[in-house]
Amino acid sequence: MGSLQNTTEEVLRLASEHFKVPREQLAPDDDFFKKLGINSLQALDLLTRIEHHFKIELPDYELQGVSDFRTLAERIQLRL
Amino acid sequence: MKTFQGKTLSWRIADGVIELILDHAPCNEIGLAMLADLEQFVAALGTLKDEAHALIISSARSEGFCAGGDLRELFRLSQKVTGAEKLSGLRNFIERIHRVMNTLDEAPFTTIAAVNGLTFGGGFELALTCDLIIADKMARFCFPELRLGLIPGFGGIPRLKRDLGNAIVRDLVLTGRSINAAKAQSVGIVSQVTAEGDALRIARETAAQLKKFDRDTSVAAKRFIKPIPHDELRREIDIFCELFMRPAVEKGLRKFVESKDALPYLP
Repeated sequence: MGSLQNTTEEVLRLASEHFKVPREQLAPDDDFFKKLGINSLQALDLLTRIEHHFKIELPDYELQGVSDFRTLAERIQLRL
Repeated sequence: MKTFQGKTLSWRIADGVIELILDHAPCNEIGLAMLADLEQFVAALGTLKDEAHALIISSARSEGFCAGGDLRELFRLSQKVTGAEKLSGLRNFIERIHRVMNTLDEAPFTTIAAVNGLTFGGGFELALTCDLIIADKMARFCFPELRLGLIPGFGGIPRLKRDLGNAIVRDLVLTGRSINAAKAQSVGIVSQVTAEGDALRIARETAAQLKKFDRDTSVAAKRFIKPIPHDELRREIDIFCELFMRPAVEKGLRKFVESKDALPYLP
């Protein structure tokens, strides 16, 4: 299991690559909806990519109220 | 080549393969318009069946295969009537949907759903009528109906129970969570998972393979393997209609309709 810091970095990299936002413009405490300019449909797309990347299942209801990269990484960490 | 262009979908048949393409913004919601087109399609199957060995159902929408029933239309129509009229209108709609789904389910050739993106609620139920589901790796499957105070109403639970163990059916229906294509394949819903954007191409290759077999044998095998769960389907209609008449459903639908979220079904 990687550290929370590593997981957060992986999530930031995935988001940066898929949504074409430079990595250096993203920080762990950013609101990913605002920073990536995405809606919940696109957030579901990000969730699918995260599940594939980390080879985990992350039920969407566990992400209720989650909007920053660090908390998202914490939820992933619980499944690794 | 025979073709049809409806308001919400189109179909064509070429080289023994019927391709039904859903194309109704935003994500192929099944309301009265799509139901009417689907009814025309299944009526045409009577003449198409002699020259077809396979049917592929796919979506032209990048958002997904189908997001399910058109809840905005359902809410709007249900607000115009009350009591017995509301119940009879709903039952009529659901029974029409079931006739379409049952006809697709028992079609006398092999059917393939090539799914991408959102495959939710009624869209998931439409895919479950098919003999094979071929899924883009970014597809997601979900029965979100309990969030509205309902159960899936287009035949989803009986068909899922026919195909899978009861535990995964309970998981999907009672939690309302969405699962990705890999998970759906691991539990037996999905036959093949493809790279992004390749579900239709792989479905066409699969349909070409099916052509190698004797048609009557394929039909006999399908009928033997895949019985239609008529009793449970009828029970589902009763339960759905009974639940729909409760105030909790109107409240859930109103919340859905008034939401500005692109995906008000979730989380």
